[in-house]
Amino acid sequence: MTDIDRVTWDVVVVGGGNAGLCAAIEAAETGAKVLMLEAAPKTYRGGNSRHTRNFRCMHAGPLSVLTGTYQEDEYFDDLIRVTKGKTDEDLARMTIRDSEACLPWMERHGVAFQPSLSGTLSLSRTNAFFLGGGKALVNAYYNTAEDLGVRVLYEAEVRHITVTEGRFEGLDARIGGKDLRIEGRTLVLASGGFQADLDWLADAWGPAARNFLIRGTPYNRGVVLRDMLDQGADSVGDPTQCHAVAIDGRSPKFDGGIVTRLDCVPFSVVVNRDGDRFYDEGEDVWPKRYAIWGRLVAAQPDQVAYSIIDAKSRTLFMPSVFPPEQADTIEGLAQRLGLPGNKLRETIDAFNAACREGPFHPTELDGLATQGISPPKTNWARPILEPPFFGYSLRPGVTFTYLGLRVDRTARVSAHGARLHNIWAAGEIMAGSILGEGYLAGFGMTIGTVFGRIAGQEAAAHVA
Amino acid sequence: MSLDITPTLTATEEARRQVEICNACRYCEGYCAVFPAAFAERSFSDGDITQLASLCHNCRGCYYACQYTDPHEFALNLPAALAEVRVESWDRFSWPGGLSRAFQTRGVALAGALVVGIALMFLAIRAIGSAGGDGFYAYLSHTAMVAIFAPAFLFPLAALAVGVRRYWAEVGGTPLRLSDVTAALVDAGRMRNLSGGAAEGCNYEKGDRYTVARKHAHHAVVWGFLLCFASTSSGTVLHYVFDMQAPYGLFSLPKLLGIPGGILLTLGAAGLIALKLKADPALGAKSAWGGEIAFVGLLGLTGLTGLVLYAGTGTALVGPLLALHLGTVLAFFLTLPYSKMAHAAYRLAALARDAQIKAARG
Ligand SMILES: Cc1cc2nc3c(=O)[nH]c(=O)nc-3n(C[C@H](O)[C@H](O)[C@H](O)COP(=O)(O)OP(=O)(O)OC[C@H]3O[C@@H](n4cnc5c(N)ncnc54)[C@H](O)[C@@H]3O)c2cc1C
Ligand code: SF4
Ligand code: SF4
Repeated sequence: MTDIDRVTWDVVVVGGGNAGLCAAIEAAETGAKVLMLEAAPKTYRGGNSRHTRNFRCMHAGPLSVLTGTYQEDEYFDDLIRVTKGKTDEDLARMTIRDSEACLPWMERHGVAFQPSLSGTLSLSRTNAFFLGGGKALVNAYYNTAEDLGVRVLYEAEVRHITVTEGRFEGLDARIGGKDLRIEGRTLVLASGGFQADLDWLADAWGPAARNFLIRGTPYNRGVVLRDMLDQGADSVGDPTQCHAVAIDGRSPKFDGGIVTRLDCVPFSVVVNRDGDRFYDEGEDVWPKRYAIWGRLVAAQPDQVAYSIIDAKSRTLFMPSVFPPEQADTIEGLAQRLGLPGNKLRETIDAFNAACREGPFHPTELDGLATQGISPPKTNWARPILEPPFFGYSLRPGVTFTYLGLRVDRTARVSAHGARLHNIWAAGEIMAGSILGEGYLAGFGMTIGTVFGRIAGQEAAAHVA
Repeated sequence: MSLDITPTLTATEEARRQVEICNACRYCEGYCAVFPAAFAERSFSDGDITQLASLCHNCRGCYYACQYTDPHEFALNLPAALAEVRVESWDRFSWPGGLSRAFQTRGVALAGALVVGIALMFLAIRAIGSAGGDGFYAYLSHTAMVAIFAPAFLFPLAALAVGVRRYWAEVGGTPLRLSDVTAALVDAGRMRNLSGGAAEGCNYEKGDRYTVARKHAHHAVVWGFLLCFASTSSGTVLHYVFDMQAPYGLFSLPKLLGIPGGILLTLGAAGLIALKLKADPALGAKSAWGGEIAFVGLLGLTGLTGLVLYAGTGTALVGPLLALHLGTVLAFFLTLPYSKMAHAAYRLAALARDAQIKAARG
């Protein structure tokens, strides 16, 4: 450790998630001297990337584990649909086109793929799943980086970047409890979003944000993002927005990851703390709706809601990580969930009375809708009648924030409208450039891989 | 909350807690047979957990891939949890009961068995001696060898059979069909699961890096063992059917099978021990670590002493070397139903049961 502040590094990479690793590997492969600073300790290295399961990949024919074809226009249409047009078409199309070459590159650098997981068959054409998930991918990249001679420091939080006249000169970091000054010729910023900084979230969203759960790493606190914005870096993305989904309300505050997902909503009645329904639970199939439920729950008192099903729906969705609360009567369940029993009874009775006969198809929009209640439930509306009854609490779980650094096609960061001389950004920290709203499953890793690789190549070329 | 980790969980309960988390995650589906088998269920009986544990071969891929390992509050360590279940289950199934724990968990127990075995053979050679035969039989008559080794071979088989029956009952196995057995043998023969699914090899002695060293060492032991076994069998056939007596020349069947077999067995066992010393003991059954090392050592010694005996042919050392070799083999066979060797039987049974379940699911 003693030498790191005495060397002038060719490329300094801030953040050791997917994007940072791709950049470090690309740069090191050209022979550049690369230092990677990762805020987390080794066991938690890899940020949100360690929680991922797949990336979305364009392909003209079957490719590795991917079936069929997935072409640029279809991919782009999918992106337009979720972002409602809030994207930069040029950057987006470039990312999509580059994704095809990423898969073989990833395989060459140690990533193994597996067929689409059970329960996610709908993604087998568009998304390539990492064997073992994102942590296995992160491990593979760290091994590759280490073999290429990349110097990695853990528990190394970057606090301040010195930018003088548009040029990166060095940075201040707290490494293993000591404040150090690091000098480098180029800089790649890949330190993710700011969703783990609850104060910042509360500033942006309001005090309710303190009740949100953070699905990923506690280390993405946006320290570097803020430092760069304070120095006039150009930003992109809505500073007040975050991507939040409804997850199991009993999840850990941070790092609950994928298992806290709950897929029961479409087959349930969802009430708030007061026992009132507040939104159409059956509006669309769950993968298309789970993102809006984060905001819906966030808008309820105490930022909590309760999803209630009966025995007949118990096996219609993926198992949950925590077993549901369970009782033989609605009142008993209300008591276990801490809800007003009479009120819940009333709500369920009113809902049941509004249900009508008809065919029920759990995997497609079946049009089995309620009649005469508000809000309606427009699909899968079956009365909650058969004991035992089950209940899950729901809370908003934040995946990422949208505010980021604006970059160009070469991943270069700018300030006051002018390109910075030797600073690039990749991954979540610049994803707002392409993903202005919504989310497309697997696109975060695609952005990180494409821009991480570009940033690494560009930085290395700059010092060559 | 159900995920509170209380130290009072039994091995089976702890494994169930972890498998239920996996079932909500599924990221490791492609590693081995454990995950598809688990993900087809929504709840797990004790027998289900035993079955899952027996499908696991401790490649550790799922540990290094897991985002929920300690210090995360979910504290996943599936390879260790399943290994503990296996060790306990072998103890539960073994007959007579209790011996398994002693031999699996205490290397010193196996070493004791070894000393006793060797001493017995020295005694036998001294007390019974030869009936005027040639070669090895000049030290111990063929009849005496058969009298000692036939029961020492048949008893463990009978004991193992009892164990496997108990296993089968616990995991709810239905009557075996030929196709189940072939499926199990094909799986075991190819050691498909040892190949780490879509990845290459295990995450064993080099942390999260995949290597095939363990697979190769394991192959060497298995094939070495089978060759040695075939060598002995061929000797028996030559003796009884063709009336050809030992010692056999270099180009005889017993030697052609036995020498490479002994070499493979010795090298494979040495390799496995070296790998085990490098691997993280916290990802296996901690209580059984010493016993496992001792077991592999004993296995390797059967090969090594055989080779040394062959090398010593014609010298004055044959007597003691013979006692050493036969004593090692005796100890190996007598402890077989209680040592790690039993895993081969339970693992085959688990693969057969897995084939049954898959067939039933269609
Ligand atoms: C539960 C969950 C599941 C997801 N699943 C998927 C999926 O399947 N597919 C997909 O495409 N996307 C998924 N995403 C989104 C995906 O995780 C991100 O888009 C992607 O990981 C971003 O990569 P990154 O390298 O930019 O950031 P990260 O992987 O978060 O890495 C940022 C790194 O920077 C470090 N860091 C932060 N601040 C500092 C600092 N000041 N100094 C030094 N280091 C710092 C952090 O420790 C961290 O390691 C998921 C997200 C979550 C939360
Ligand atoms: S071991 Fe961890 S990563 Fe693998 S399936 Fe289980 S919970 Fe998921
Ligand atoms: S250790 Fe290997 S064999 Fe055992 S469950 Fe994990 S991946 Fe499967």
